Amino acid sequence: MTTSTVAVFDATAPWQLNEQVSLRDESFGALAYHHVTRRLVFLKSRELVDVVRRVGEFESAGDALDALVPSDQRGRYLVALTSLARSEIIRGR
Amino acid sequence: MGVDFSLRDRFERGLAAPICLTWELTYACNLACTHCLSSSGRRDPNELTTSEAKALIDEIAAMQIFYINIGGGEPMMRRDFFELIEHAVDQHVGVKFSTNGTRIDEAAARRLASIDYLDIQVSIDGVDAQTSDRIRGVGSYDQARRAMDNLKAADFGQFKISVVMTRESIEQLDGFERLAAHYGAELRLTRLRPSGRGVDTWQELHPTLEQNRRLYKWLIERPNVLTGDSFFHLSALGEPLSGLNLCGAGRVVCLIDPVGEVYACPFVIHDEFRAGNVRATGFRDVWQNSELFRSLREPGNAGACTSCGSYDACRGGCMAAKFFTGLEMSDPDPECVFGHGESALAAKRVSLRPTPSPDHSRRIPVAISAR
Repeated sequence: MTTSTVAVFDATAPWQLNEQVSLRDESFGALAYHHVTRRLVFLKSRELVDVVRRVGEFESAGDALDALVPSDQRGRYLVALTSLARSEIIRGR
Repeated sequence: MGVDFSLRDRFERGLAAPICLTWELTYACNLACTHCLSSSGRRDPNELTTSEAKALIDEIAAMQIFYINIGGGEPMMRRDFFELIEHAVDQHVGVKFSTNGTRIDEAAARRLASIDYLDIQVSIDGVDAQTSDRIRGVGSYDQARRAMDNLKAADFGQFKISVVMTRESIEQLDGFERLAAHYGAELRLTRLRPSGRGVDTWQELHPTLEQNRRLYKWLIERPNVLTGDSFFHLSALGEPLSGLNLCGAGRVVCLIDPVGEVYACPFVIHDEFRAGNVRATGFRDVWQNSELFRSLREPGNAGACTSCGSYDACRGGCMAAKFFTGLEMSDPDPECVFGHGESALAAKRVSLRPTPSPDHSRRIPVAISAR
């Protein structure tokens, strides 16, 4: 088991998909599996999958959201990313 | 882990690849448990060769199946056991394997401890030798405990202790919890199915309604106890148990047997639920195109459960439990918490229980030699 440093999600910081995580596309979005914690997480939209895959290309998570999602949905994505940071699907870089 | 209903509906329509793929490596087993789901004992001469097994692992990796559940038979009876699991793990396919522990001596425990992405569950059926050996054979409990001792000494980390809930073992829940704590292990409880040799023993071994109610309460208070989504039929008693709470057969779950046959789930090794063979077409084609799996992914029919307010919670229960007790798919689960299954069984004038198709049981009883 990892002695996880509790991930606090900071949208102004740079993030990326954790290299210990595999993503598999599904009709509803994707399944994400963390090979170390053995946790299976459901990403419930294609748009969220896109953000998770590409967040590492941006200076910050906030920049990724600016570029990839409509501004009126930003709040929902922040909630989703916070949860994904907590389960270590994404990690700070 | 709760799941919202819309996601569950998506799962019932099937996924690109299974979440939970069980692969029974061999029908060979040095025990002869009375509830064995796969009627194992003798190796089948037609079992997948090492190179066929490796090709299957390659396909599993290509399909992005995150991990495989390896069982048997006793998987460690295969001489290429380590070669195969190391081949899987090397490709990032996690291995969760189920064993009776008889082959986990000190050296094997050290080798297992050196492999990443490997989970082990050691099976017992009672918290003491007397209870467990009645199901699994004389000497089996001590050997399983020796395996656990060896895993602990080898610093394997957290393994699982796996127990099938029978009328006897269900009375020992707190004992299992203490045993798991003693080893720093996780406890995994699963449902007794009337499959394999269980066809003959289910009637006397399956928990009573009252026991199932107690089990439900016990599990609700212990979300960390693993169940493999086994007890979703009990979710009709109140809040859902942790897990997906659905019958995953052919939708998120399936089984590959030692000769490459693909079945809808580990509990239905029977011609009626055979979807194809990996030797003929490869696994991906079976998963995506088999007629059986396509029909299982069609919207279900609540059947006799239509008028019951709890159908959304239990989904009518386990397909295998119905099938092997002689019920129709449209009937309630034989262990329906409201007793509807018992009435449905009683109403069958002639009991037509199907027998499992392949039977690899040994013809003479086994004696386990102490080592």
